[in-house]
Amino acid sequence: MPQPKKKNEMLYFMLRNAKLRIGVAVLLIFVVLALVGPLLTKYQPRDYVAPGVEPPSSEFWFGTTSFGEDVFTQFVYGLRATFIVGLIGGGLGTLIGILIGFIAGYRGGIVDEILNMFTNIVLVIPSLVVLLIIAAYLEVRGFLFESIFIGFFAWPWAARAIRAQTFSLRSREFVDLARLSGMKPLKIIIKEIAPNMMSYLLLVYILQFGGAILTAATLDFIGLGPTNSVSLGLMMNNAVIYSALFLGMWWWFIPPGLAITAIVGALYVTNVGLDEVFNPKLREM
Amino acid sequence: MSLQVENLTVYYQTLRGDVHALESTTFGIADGEIMGLAGESGCGKSTLGNSLILLKPPMRFVGGRAELDNEELPIWDMEKMNNFRFKKISTIPQYAMNAMNPIRKIGKMVSELLKSRKVDFKSTLPELKRRLDLVELSHDVLNMYPIELSGGMKQRMVMVLSTLMNPSLLIADEITSALDVSTQKAVAEMLVEFRDREFVKSMIVITHDISILYQIADSIMIMYAGKLAEKASTEVIINSPRHPYTKLLISSLPDIGVKYSQKKLTGIPGKPPLLLDPPTGCRFRERCPVAFEKCLNEPSFIEIEKDHFVACWKEFEKNA
Amino acid sequence: MLELEKISKIYKTGTFGGKELQAVNNVNFDVKDGEVISLIGESGSGKSTIGKMILRLISISSGTIRLNGVDIATLKGDALKDYYRNVQGVFQDPFSSYNPIFKADRIFRIIREEFFPKINNCEWDKKIDSSLRAVGLNPDEVLNKFPHQLSGGQLQRFLIARALLLDVQFLVADEIISMLDASTRIDVLNLLAELKSRGLSILFITHDLSLGYYISERAVILYRGCVVEMGATEQIYYHPMHPYTKMLMVSVPRLDRKWEEVEMKLKAKLKAKQSELSSGCVYYERCPFLGVGRDCHKPPTLIEAEIGHFVACSYYMEVNERV
Repeated sequence: MPQPKKKNEMLYFMLRNAKLRIGVAVLLIFVVLALVGPLLTKYQPRDYVAPGVEPPSSEFWFGTTSFGEDVFTQFVYGLRATFIVGLIGGGLGTLIGILIGFIAGYRGGIVDEILNMFTNIVLVIPSLVVLLIIAAYLEVRGFLFESIFIGFFAWPWAARAIRAQTFSLRSREFVDLARLSGMKPLKIIIKEIAPNMMSYLLLVYILQFGGAILTAATLDFIGLGPTNSVSLGLMMNNAVIYSALFLGMWWWFIPPGLAITAIVGALYVTNVGLDEVFNPKLREM
Repeated sequence: MSLQVENLTVYYQTLRGDVHALESTTFGIADGEIMGLAGESGCGKSTLGNSLILLKPPMRFVGGRAELDNEELPIWDMEKMNNFRFKKISTIPQYAMNAMNPIRKIGKMVSELLKSRKVDFKSTLPELKRRLDLVELSHDVLNMYPIELSGGMKQRMVMVLSTLMNPSLLIADEITSALDVSTQKAVAEMLVEFRDREFVKSMIVITHDISILYQIADSIMIMYAGKLAEKASTEVIINSPRHPYTKLLISSLPDIGVKYSQKKLTGIPGKPPLLLDPPTGCRFRERCPVAFEKCLNEPSFIEIEKDHFVACWKEFEKNA
Repeated sequence: MLELEKISKIYKTGTFGGKELQAVNNVNFDVKDGEVISLIGESGSGKSTIGKMILRLISISSGTIRLNGVDIATLKGDALKDYYRNVQGVFQDPFSSYNPIFKADRIFRIIREEFFPKINNCEWDKKIDSSLRAVGLNPDEVLNKFPHQLSGGQLQRFLIARALLLDVQFLVADEIISMLDASTRIDVLNLLAELKSRGLSILFITHDLSLGYYISERAVILYRGCVVEMGATEQIYYHPMHPYTKMLMVSVPRLDRKWEEVEMKLKAKLKAKQSELSSGCVYYERCPFLGVGRDCHKPPTLIEAEIGHFVACSYYMEVNERV
């Protein structure tokens, strides 16, 4: 009797998993909005579009800010920025984490000890303080800077997780067999260990993505974000500074806040769902 | 009869359908009998042991009945079985010694277990201590963490725990596999001693190591691909088996004193059938050296001599 | 062919490597051409550690291992690869020996990439074919399949076929059949015996005495990293000298007789700290002749008590010297 291929089995479980379905659906909505949104609006985020403060209407879907800027435009451009930070910041964090995690996990011994110490040091550095100091010197900060900064401080978590997985895979006998075949260590990591960890690496990346978005939103909110563009966190920052809550301008701060919560929440839910799909022991029959 | 099982059928639910792990098994165990349950991996022996005490998904109860001391065991109902577990029927599961909570002292674990079964810890303590003496464990183990004990000591602790309430039936699933030779012997002999002192009335000892069964079991039941192949007293199974599978199995066991250069042993060619869609008729037919046309029908488990059951058409013919 | 001289392995444990664990202690033995030696010991005896040291998977703390006279600890790079052409290993868990996401025959591909980069497809296919047939596998049945589609016995034989693709002269078989079913075990064992008759030397690591007897001419009994007895299998099995060997023989469950009534009872003791006993005989705490011998507090030396039959027990020597 022919056995169904492994890929189909995975797809079957993916489609059945409620958490995965919900998470991906929510994410897709926001991704589409981020891609298509700017095409739906003829304004730029900082354009003056209408005098005064206007609540949501058919012309301005999300109303306007205290400065007469269109909130919807800011929102969709901000979404784009948020996703880019997640991609780059999360990506950088995962990349560095992979590098350090694999080497520490495979080599063990003194190399592992040194890398561990390095990881711990980066973990305890108060990133906020560093950012404050840098902010004092750099007048203008862009998105790229923020993403790289986040990536440089987020990797320890990824490195730890990957190191642990590498450790456990390394003691498996097929790695010994690869060594007995004369394979060099780097080749073993790339060809034998990494492919086995693909699903795990995906999960790590998703977590890093969500974490980067959250960190970026926080930094933006307290004013340490980029100085020359718009993001969801910045929107909330401005909303607070200009007393939107006090003035009842709910359309200024609720959409960005809700969006960040929804996106990061959806990412984590997707993560849990994917974990269930990849790990047969967590599945319920 | 202490345990009577009739037509017990249990399947495993999987994505691709039901795996016929256990099919129409019928057998009995007498009071005070230690029955060994042997067979290769995938033959259903663990399924049989588990279904009698903890039938939970992905296992699915399909049919049959089990009676212990003339009382029916509601094995399909997890709730109702709670009244029987630990008191009338008990088990030492596979890997039990590694399943002890590493951050609980042993004494605390015991008291929690007894509390969950509504048994008073303090009143049981003297008996517990007597049993610990019997298995040569000092009373101090109650104050230790599992990691402080060796493999053999943990296994003995689990044995004491599982038999504390003097169950009628004890199911021991592969309890000697992970142990060293000397501890294996100690643990196996302890099983017999428990039975001799009537802490346990009857036992099912599940293992793939037939030589251990030769040492301690009164009778041996051989399973193949989810069905019973043969059951008889230990002497008969080892020295005069009737089922072709049993014969091949016994003759493939290397024993001390047998050298390759003198007598080359043979294995059994082929593989057991997949139980997702089991073959019709006798499941051993494809590997059997004496299979013939009748084997396309399913043989029943019939008593061909006193206390000697076999499921093989060839053997039925010899008797008839 | 292979000599082990004063081999020891010490692991550093505890925080900052303060404590030491001696896994292998001053082991000496050798394997001749076309010989099968059983390395017998229970868990913690160091037998797997010795196998791994021979395969250069872990480092040797002290002592020398020589293959045909060459010290293997010095081999690096290409020389090490050459070593692996002659010495290979097969391990205990057939399912863990394969990368589960790839097909089983990928292990052949790795050998081809590393050792036969210039070979053409036709020749390679012929090589694989003859290797598989030599281990009793049908190429059509086992090629192009995932590990979970094959049985344990097939997987182990596959691994032996992989070793045969090279010019392997020495095979380390570390408990290779303990995870197999009874009916397939004997096939793999017979295969090893057959390969031996074609000139392959095998180090057969096991805890099962009857398997050791079936397949090997000589046996080495290990306890806690030390060799306690060594010699021809008949001598050891029918005339064991060391108390530990005697205990093993008595405890093994056999199919022809029951465990004897008169036995050596082992008292349940808490795990002793190994560092406490490093000065004396390693079997001291379990030995029934506890403290009777006058030299038991000194580490015993391996002495040839009969021709080819070595034992490390000062009490035994004492008793027999008197006789």
